[in-house]
Amino acid sequence: MSDAARQAVADRLYFRRRIVNGVGLVFATLSTGFGLFWLAWILWTTFTTGIASLNGKLFTMMTPPPGDEGGLLNAFAGSAMICLLAILIGAPIGIAAGTYLAEYAKKSRLGEAIRFFNDILLSAPSIVLGMFVYTVVVKQVGHYSAFSGALALALIVLPVVVRTTDEMLKLVPSAMREAGLSLGVPQWKVTVQVLYRAALPGIVTGVLLALARISGETAPLLFTAFDNQFWSTNVAQPMASVPVVIYKFAMSADAGWKSLAWAGALVVTLFVLALSLISRAILLRNKVSND
Amino acid sequence: MTNPNIPLATASTVSLIAAPPGADAKAAAVASTPKMSAKGLDFYYDKFHALRNVNLDIAEKKVTALIGPSGCGKSTLLRIFNRIYSIYPKLEARGQVLLDGDNILDPKYPLNRLRSKVGMVFQKPVPFPMSIYDNVAYAIRHYEKLSKADMDVRVEEALRQGALWDEVKSKLNGSALGLSGGQQQRLCIARAVALKPEVVLLDEPTSALDPIATGKIEQLVEELKERYTIAIVTHNMQQASRVSDYTAFMYLGELIEFGDTTTIFENPTKKMTEDYITGRYG
Repeated sequence: MSDAARQAVADRLYFRRRIVNGVGLVFATLSTGFGLFWLAWILWTTFTTGIASLNGKLFTMMTPPPGDEGGLLNAFAGSAMICLLAILIGAPIGIAAGTYLAEYAKKSRLGEAIRFFNDILLSAPSIVLGMFVYTVVVKQVGHYSAFSGALALALIVLPVVVRTTDEMLKLVPSAMREAGLSLGVPQWKVTVQVLYRAALPGIVTGVLLALARISGETAPLLFTAFDNQFWSTNVAQPMASVPVVIYKFAMSADAGWKSLAWAGALVVTLFVLALSLISRAILLRNKVSND
Repeated sequence: MTNPNIPLATASTVSLIAAPPGADAKAAAVASTPKMSAKGLDFYYDKFHALRNVNLDIAEKKVTALIGPSGCGKSTLLRIFNRIYSIYPKLEARGQVLLDGDNILDPKYPLNRLRSKVGMVFQKPVPFPMSIYDNVAYAIRHYEKLSKADMDVRVEEALRQGALWDEVKSKLNGSALGLSGGQQQRLCIARAVALKPEVVLLDEPTSALDPIATGKIEQLVEELKERYTIAIVTHNMQQASRVSDYTAFMYLGELIEFGDTTTIFENPTKKMTEDYITGRYG
């Protein structure tokens, strides 16, 4: 083949690749646009409708009976308590289990089995977790309680924290373990005093993302924490929470309830957005300081 | 670099493949007592036989360089000397490694005593994510209860030995992650010597550093051998010839030739050693 002929073939191939590349790029861009369109629509509706009902009373008054004026104070307080309790139960166990997987079980058969079951728990429908707690706790005790709600949410927190702790500790270079151990410091001390420090931003991010995940959960709370129209701080009794109140109010025909549901939805959305931004900022800052 | 102690060097030049059983004992008898010595050492990564019958003496307060092509087992050998290999499953060392006459491979040899006597510095600088001061004080706290004033003295002493004090004395509480690569590696050396070890193992300590930082580390090694017995793994021939008193050339898990550095570099007895040193392969 002459040089000119080879050049002609190369040019043709190059032209074809450019066409394929162009078509692929158009489809990829359209798909992205399609996904973002719905997200933008949802956010837009939540913002515009929610912002109209956003006022001082939302944070100072209790959930009202139909037709009355009111706010969501008891629901906000209830959500905060239930979520915090869920984190307090789920995060320490999750961090301990993640540490076991990353530092002790490693790639052993047992470790891989635990990771597999953890992933199943991670993708378990949250309503199943709610049913589980309902059967194991609520039915035995005989009534709904904020504590059982926190337990159901803790079951959602747990696999998220296990996974992130495991992954983040695995990202710590093994040279750092060796450096610690080569000083004669025992493994548990190296883990707690050196590796945790290195993985801390990642672990904190995992906990924050778990918090973001549970703060909008409705299904597991429906038959555990249930609902409460009044102010309550007793974790042994039913307690109001924002998602459950949104669910109840949004389904109603009452205009006042409906606008409160929109306002609640907006506040939860903003809260989750803020958590995502904070965790991104933590990871980003850490990345910069490590380079 | 010339070594006046000729008998030691000659005696320790062990040809391992064909060495008769008696030769080793004779070597040990003639040489001044080595700080560490490997005797009939084999090493396995699961089924892979990585070291074959290695016999090597590490002379006290001298620098011994381990050289050889990638995968020859030089790092593996170094990592046996403080049993750091044992943190990974399926790794096994057979034979003996003596430290002052005691076999450190004996499971009864206390690991924390071994690691406080035999410090290690790794290829990549790995400062702990804490302050410069705490990096050095961290391990000391594990072994000794010191007052704040005493600890300050120990930290300064270690940082001076690491040739880092003047550069960091004004920012001891700053994060160690903010130091340059060369400074981080000297911090790691300071951290290792803070425990007052007897042996310091250096596993390619300059391979991640630029020439100027490398020069500083090499100069530091010169100073450190006044107090410590040093074993250094390096890919850099010039570095081995510059810093070491003895050199061991390894190939495919075997110790091919060992002797004082001048002899190995100027007059090696094995063709293979000569080929490697002159850059014909490796």
